[in-house]
Formats: sequence, structure tokens, C-alpha cells
Amino acid sequence: MPLADGAPLSRAPAADPAGEAPVLEVDRLEVVFDTRGGAVHAINGVSFSVRPGELLGVVGESGSGKSVTMMSALDLLPSPPARRTGGAIRYQGRDVSSMGPKALRKLRGGDIGFVFQDPMTSLNPVFTVGYQICEPLRAHLGLSRKQARKRAAELLAMVGIPSPEARLDDYPHQFSGGMRQRVMVAIALSCEPRVIIADEPTTALDVTIQAQILDLVRDLRHRTGAAIVWVTHDLGVIAGIADRVAVMYAGQIVEEAPVAAIFAGPRHPYAAALLETIPDVEGERPERLTTIPGQPPILRAPPAACAFAPRCAHAFDRCHAQNPPLADDGTGHKAACWLRPETVAAAEAGEGAR
Amino acid sequence: MLTYTIRRLAFAVPTLLVISFLIFGILDLAPSDPTAQLPLTIPPEVREKIRLSLGLGDPFIVRYFKWLVQFMVNEPLNILEQWTGWTIGDGERLRVLSWQTRSPVVDLIVQRMPQTLWVVGMSYVVGIVIAIPIGVISAYRQYSWFDQFGTLFSMVGFSIPTFFTGLLFIVIFSVTLGWLPSIYDTTLVVEDWDSFVAQVKQMIMPTMVLGLYNASQLSRFMRASVLDNLNQDYVRTARAKGMTEKVVLLIHVLRNSMIPVVTVIALNLPQVFGGAIITEQIFRVNGLGQLLIGAIEGGDIPTVQTLTFIFAVLIVVFNLIADVLYGILDPRIRYD
Repeated sequence: MPLADGAPLSRAPAADPAGEAPVLEVDRLEVVFDTRGGAVHAINGVSFSVRPGELLGVVGESGSGKSVTMMSALDLLPSPPARRTGGAIRYQGRDVSSMGPKALRKLRGGDIGFVFQDPMTSLNPVFTVGYQICEPLRAHLGLSRKQARKRAAELLAMVGIPSPEARLDDYPHQFSGGMRQRVMVAIALSCEPRVIIADEPTTALDVTIQAQILDLVRDLRHRTGAAIVWVTHDLGVIAGIADRVAVMYAGQIVEEAPVAAIFAGPRHPYAAALLETIPDVEGERPERLTTIPGQPPILRAPPAACAFAPRCAHAFDRCHAQNPPLADDGTGHKAACWLRPETVAAAEAGEGAR
Repeated sequence: MLTYTIRRLAFAVPTLLVISFLIFGILDLAPSDPTAQLPLTIPPEVREKIRLSLGLGDPFIVRYFKWLVQFMVNEPLNILEQWTGWTIGDGERLRVLSWQTRSPVVDLIVQRMPQTLWVVGMSYVVGIVIAIPIGVISAYRQYSWFDQFGTLFSMVGFSIPTFFTGLLFIVIFSVTLGWLPSIYDTTLVVEDWDSFVAQVKQMIMPTMVLGLYNASQLSRFMRASVLDNLNQDYVRTARAKGMTEKVVLLIHVLRNSMIPVVTVIALNLPQVFGGAIITEQIFRVNGLGQLLIGAIEGGDIPTVQTLTFIFAVLIVVFNLIADVLYGILDPRIRYD
């Protein structure tokens, strides 16, 4: 797929909740891991926000920092080795890092629900599913044992588990992978969160179960109006459900746009390359699947140049000398690439301001 | 679970029969003479008559079956009679007799059991109570000063033998400070506050010596198990649900971490009944360990045979208990 030269959008975004204030904002987040081999700069100034009812897809290769960003947002990374070195996370305008442990706990599971990648290991094997759903209900909503149980059964019914009342007393190993992920979704939804962060929730599942979970999330979003951040490395999944897409590479967002715009015309060579890697359903079957040559870098220092330049077919001198800022072309389509006029303009404006 | 337990118990019967035969065979092969400790002035013909009167004239197989009948049939019937007051048959059954004392071995064991259970059993309780918190905190604060100290404590506790710590305790607390008695007085009867205090005082040293040894071992197991579980995904889920660290650690992690540790504890429990031979010797605790040592020294084959066989039964039973506990603690394991 060629790079589009600022072509007009072929379609308007599916939903446009632009008027509302963002419910979750991540502002120039920086995370460093202190490893035995030295510091690794995993996240280098990631900013994004989601508004109520919006579904933001975050894509990127393994190791691009998608999961780390999301975990860091709720302070779930083990520290050491992880260390937040800069930036802020705001929930409804309040800074998360300045919250006390009690307020942070209220946020986790209460206002922000989290669904993890691997449903096989994310549930505690020695407690019943009912107990694990009831825990946040009792802690955050102060429900009694009986009320929590009733609500837990409703939640299981909502995520499509048959005979929910009876299954509350079952242990996680008595559920299949897809069913366990539904339980995880039920836990994430239990306290009616304003934001749901789903960290590769369908990666460990087979395709038919994936489709069921996607349907479920699409449905729940319309019903509850929660904002959703959906992390994945599967662009096909994103195309089906997201309103906006952010493409991550080496701990930075390199392109962010409404979903239709990015599929019609990706502007960052990395986003374009990612789209290239999706195998075509029609036409002749290729000998080999398309890949992006090379590996994402392990950053010992914050990137001084474009981190994708070594793997980029379009790279020129400036790419190896200066890190491009993420810039908006005025239509809500942002890219961080020296080939883009808006990036060049933003860099000049930034230098002028300094 | 019940069918499983019954099946395991049924399997235990042939296992124990083989074990009893092996013990009997090994003891028979050992060059021990029950008359060796008698005065040298006794002439050889008399010694031979003593041996014959102890039943040593019979062939090996006959002696084995006699012991088997005495231990497996006569002794249980005898215990049943004592408990219920019934009379079964004519009540004239041959019991397993000690060669040294000529009294029934089972009666000797019943006499010695309380001391051993109190001292060694209490040392196990002390060990568990010390080890579990140390293991949990060491793992939760890995590489902290507490963890470093805990590691040092368990390394020292594990590598110094109990006969050394026992003597060290005696030198410090009995000889130098004079706080605690160095000899365990079995005849002490607890009937008022003073005798209770005396009992506690004489139990402290043997219990602590064994308890610290057990704790150093268990705390390592506990630490490893908690560390293993702290890295599991479900811990992250619990935190993401907004659970307090207390709930995460003491409910989610602890329950999972206890699974292997409970198994270790259950498997080690037969040792409590076996008595800590060395510790009992040092503190003169008149328990099962001392009974066994005395019987070995005196060539008292029936006592050694019976005690060893009882230990074997306990090991088989506690193995089963460990497996059943495993199934209760971990819902993923079902035996049916």
C-alpha cells in the first residue's frame, strides 16, 4: 500500500464524540526499566486520550510498549524494575500519580476495568469464579455477600455464559479459554467502569472465540457507554471495532488517526508496512507472508533520531539525525515522519518556540 | 475423593506387608545377640537356653509369622478389649514382648508417646508458626534486609546440627544463666500453676532447638513458593481489581503458596512420632527416640521391629494425607 499524500478522508469516522472531555488522558508518559544490562527506555513520551463511548485501538509489534503503557497507567508495573520517569495520567482531569493508595485502588477495578491477555493464567486457580467476580463488587460498591452474588450472576449472563447462577461456584479450570476471557470481561465490567483497558484480550484465543469476544465488547460499549482502549497487534481486529487508531513503535506513537483514514491512507512508513503485512484474502496465495525486515530496537537511551529509520525504505539524512514529533494535519490525522509536511512544520514551530 | 482414599488404603496393605517382611529380614541378618549384655559369667549353654526361650530356635519364617499374628491380630484385639471392656475369646493372647524388659512393646510405646508428642510435636508447631510469616515477608520484600537476615537465619539453622545447638543452649541457658533445666523430667505431673511453669520451662529448650531447625527448612520452602506465586498473572489481576496489598498477599498469594508447603509439612509429620533421637538424647527426654536407641543397643529385636514398622505405617498414612490435602487445597486436582 503506497503512502497517501494527505488525501482527503474517504469516510467520516464512525463515531465523533469530539465534543466531550476525555475521560482518560495519558500525557507524554515515559517509563524506564532498570535491568541488569542498564536502563531500557520502554516508553518515550506517549500521549493519547479517550472520550466516553469511544474505542481507541492501539497497535504495534511485540515490544513496542503497548502493554507497558497501559499497565503504567494504573501503576501495575512491578517497581523495580519499572520506573515512571515523566509524564502524567489523568482520569477525569485528576492526576493519577498524585492519588493516594486508597484513591488508586478505587480507580483500579472501580472506574477503570482491565482485561488481560492470557485468560488461562489471569484468574486465581484456587478461588471460584463467583468469588473472584464478587471481590471488586464488595470492595468498591460495598455490596453484601448476597447482593454481590446476584450481581455476579447478572454479569455472567451479560457476557453470555449459560446458566450463570450455577457456574458461579465453578473454578476457573472448569471453564474454556473463551469462557474465562468472558469472566475476565465480566470482572472488568463489574463496577460499571468509565474506561475499559483491554490488553490484547483476544490474542490467546482462537478466531471464532475472538469474534464472539469482539461482538461482546461492541455490544457492551453501546450499552454501557464506557470508553475502551483496545491493545492488539492484529490490525484486522482494530478495523472491525475501533473509532480511532494509534500506532506505536519503540515506545512512541508514530501515527494516530480515525480508523477509516488510517486504512485508506497510512502516513507513517511503519503504519504502511504494518498494513502491508496483512495477508490478502483474495488473489493468489503468496509463497511467504509479508514481513517488516529487522527488529524493533531496544532503547538504551531515549531515541535521538527516528527509531524506525534503520528499517525504513524511505529514510533519509534527517531521519537519522532528529526524532520527528507527532503532528496533526488539521483533520485529526497525526503522524511523526519527516516525509510529512505537518511534522516538519511542527518541528520548526517547536524550535521557534524554544 | 472417598473412593480414592479407600483404594489407596487397600493398596497400602500389601505395601506394608512387604515392608514388615523386609524389616524383619534385615534385623534377622544383623549380627546382634540378645544375650550380649548379660554378665560374662553366664555359661554358653545357659545363653543358648535363653535364646531358645526367646523363640530364636524357630526357623525365620515361623518367627516372622508369629510376630505378624501377634502384632496384626493380638495387639489390635487387646486394644479393642481395653477400650470397650469386652472380652473376646479367652483373653489369653500372646503379645509382642520386649526381650529386654519382658513387657509388651505396645505398652512401652504408650508410656513413651506423650513426651515425644509434646516435645517434638510442639517443636513442629513452633517451626510452622515461625516459618510461614518469615517466608511470606522474605518473598514479598525480596532482597530487603529482612530477607537477607531470613536467608542467613535459615542457612545457619539448617547447617548447624541439633546436637550442637542443643549443647549450646544448655551451656547458655542452663549452665551460665541457670534459667532452664538441662534435663527433661518425665515424672513431672502438671497439677497446679507451679508444675505447669516447670513443665513449660523444661520444654522450652528441646522445643526451640528442634523448632528452629524445622523453621529454617520450612521458611525456605515458603519463600520460594510465595515468590513463585507473586509473579503469576492472577496477582496482577487482583491488583487491577483494586484489591488491597493485604488481600492480594494474604488471600490470593498465600492460599496458592500453601499448597506445596502443606504437602511438605504433612510428609514430615511422621518424624514427630519417630521422635528426634538426637535431641531426645541430649535433653534426656524419655520418648520414643530413646526407646528405639535403647532397644537397638540391647539387641531387643521385637521392640525395634515394632517401632520401625509403626513408623512405616505412619509414613504411608501421612503420604496419603498429604495427597488428600493437596486435593482439598487445589481445586484443579480431583482424584475421582
